[in-house]
Amino acid sequence: MNARIKYRIGKSTGFKALIIFLAFACVVPLLAILAFIVKAGITKINWNFLTNIPKPVGEIGGGIANALLGSLIIVSIASLIAIPVGVLGGIYLSENRKSRLAYWCALSLDVLQGIPSIVIGIVAYFWLVKPFGGFSALSGSVALAIMMLPVIVRNTEETLKLLPDTLREAAFALGMPFHRVVMKVIVPCGVSGIISGVILAIARVAGETAPLLFTAFGNPYLSASPLKPMQSLPLLIFNYATSPYNEWHDLAWGASLILLAWVLLLNIVTKFTTRRWKVQL
Amino acid sequence: MDTSVDKTVITRRSNSLRVITSIKTPSFVKTNKRLKRSYRQIRTENAFRRTLVLMGLVIVVLVLGILLTLVVQSIPSIKSLGLGYLWGKTWDPVRDIYGAYPFLLGTLITSFLALLISIPFSFSVAIFLGEYYPKGWLPNLLKNTVELIAAVPSVIYGFWGLAVLVPIVRSFESSSGIQPLGVGIFSSSLILSIMIIPYAASLGRSMIQMVPSPLKEGAYSLGATKWEVIRSVILPYTKSGLFAGVLLSLGRALGETMAVTMVIGNTSLIPKNIFSPGNTMASVIANEFTEADKPVYLSALIELGLVLFLVTVVINMVGKKVISRFTN
Repeated sequence: MNARIKYRIGKSTGFKALIIFLAFACVVPLLAILAFIVKAGITKINWNFLTNIPKPVGEIGGGIANALLGSLIIVSIASLIAIPVGVLGGIYLSENRKSRLAYWCALSLDVLQGIPSIVIGIVAYFWLVKPFGGFSALSGSVALAIMMLPVIVRNTEETLKLLPDTLREAAFALGMPFHRVVMKVIVPCGVSGIISGVILAIARVAGETAPLLFTAFGNPYLSASPLKPMQSLPLLIFNYATSPYNEWHDLAWGASLILLAWVLLLNIVTKFTTRRWKVQL
Repeated sequence: MDTSVDKTVITRRSNSLRVITSIKTPSFVKTNKRLKRSYRQIRTENAFRRTLVLMGLVIVVLVLGILLTLVVQSIPSIKSLGLGYLWGKTWDPVRDIYGAYPFLLGTLITSFLALLISIPFSFSVAIFLGEYYPKGWLPNLLKNTVELIAAVPSVIYGFWGLAVLVPIVRSFESSSGIQPLGVGIFSSSLILSIMIIPYAASLGRSMIQMVPSPLKEGAYSLGATKWEVIRSVILPYTKSGLFAGVLLSLGRALGETMAVTMVIGNTSLIPKNIFSPGNTMASVIANEFTEADKPVYLSALIELGLVLFLVTVVINMVGKKVISRFTN
């Protein structure tokens, strides 16, 4: 082998090593974040942490019960709004691929997906906070629901589009009306794809802070009324992390661990449901 | 069954849409059990179709509503501040001076610096998963882990950045003789660059996997090494796809709020260098929106939101266009 060829092979090997190194370097920050949050958060979590509300500065202890309950309520209401609209919208898009409305709808979804979350917060403020005279959990839910929509619609649409046309045609040939074909044949066949879309959407908005800043606003006390300001996990983390007090930082670390575990769990669940569904098809 | 009566009540306007012409249920339908059932079914079917169309409309109206709200709410600022607002160099709401230039500059610097840092990493992931090792458990693990980077909430990136990254940057700054603040544009770019890796990486991976193998085989048969194939076949072929991935990353970086707000330092001064504190459009909205007490102040912030909206929408649209042209 002459030197030229040796040089080229060496160069190729060198770049391969470089690319492998850089590719695996991406994982390092994620692992660092996970390790740090687990280390900082795990000691803070105990029963009191989960059942108490935050204490004023200077007092030891206190928990994040208000944020846990708030997050649960806000995300639940958001899902209640977004799931029906999103799934039906996805069915519409997969059933009417050529209509003009479907074109505009798909375009709107692309736009919606790209909107920065803070802008959705502004819009929800003007739709639901200003006219009704105060911050409310409901307005936060609406903002989150808007963010969930594109994910749910896209997942539903993509899932249903993958189903073979013969399924649909066989059902129509039996004389089933359209709504029953959709509800009894098409949706059940794609249900795991739809569910994974919904879980993905929930995971996406569960950690969103920006749209809640001007809508749910945060609340240091326990509140279950959707018409009042409400605390949520990401809001609590933001407010306490940027505060100068160590007690509050501790609360924020514990809350971060819970939020992170919850979001990653949802994402991993989605991975498994999608995989199972793909094997079935 | 009397088919002639049937036809007047139930018609087929098109292949797929059956329409009931009369609103009230005719009396003869009520008496005939079979007719009643199919009548009811057609009604439900129509209602279902209408609901579907309604949902499609809701989504379109929602987006138009968002745009309209932003435009309407920023009219006071557009009227009183004019176009010069975007180039105004000072932002001092107390003295009623509004200029968005520091924020535009802050947004541009953080986003492009973040892109610059993240591109080598995201392209490496794309090449590694797309060309070197497309199958196997380790690449699969890498793929899933990189996708998880996008799943971590941005507020947690911000908190981690504040607690871990900012001290590191601060010690670096003090050792190189810059004012050691820690927070600032460089820190937020670092955080952003981690957050946007998955977007360009996953798109680039699928693009690289789509390169036709005859092209690659041709190059191999001419004696090219793996790296030469990547550099002179795969990268030129997937150029536009990789570009689209970078655009999507950029769109994400421009709109990112929380992590940036927490580590950028929040001043309205024009940043002097990449280590000085600043503000981005999104972070200034997050910080000052609830404090804005004057209508013009609020409206000026919303105009920033409108600009952010338009810029990210255009970037995303161009990105999507490039992708669809590439895949077809």
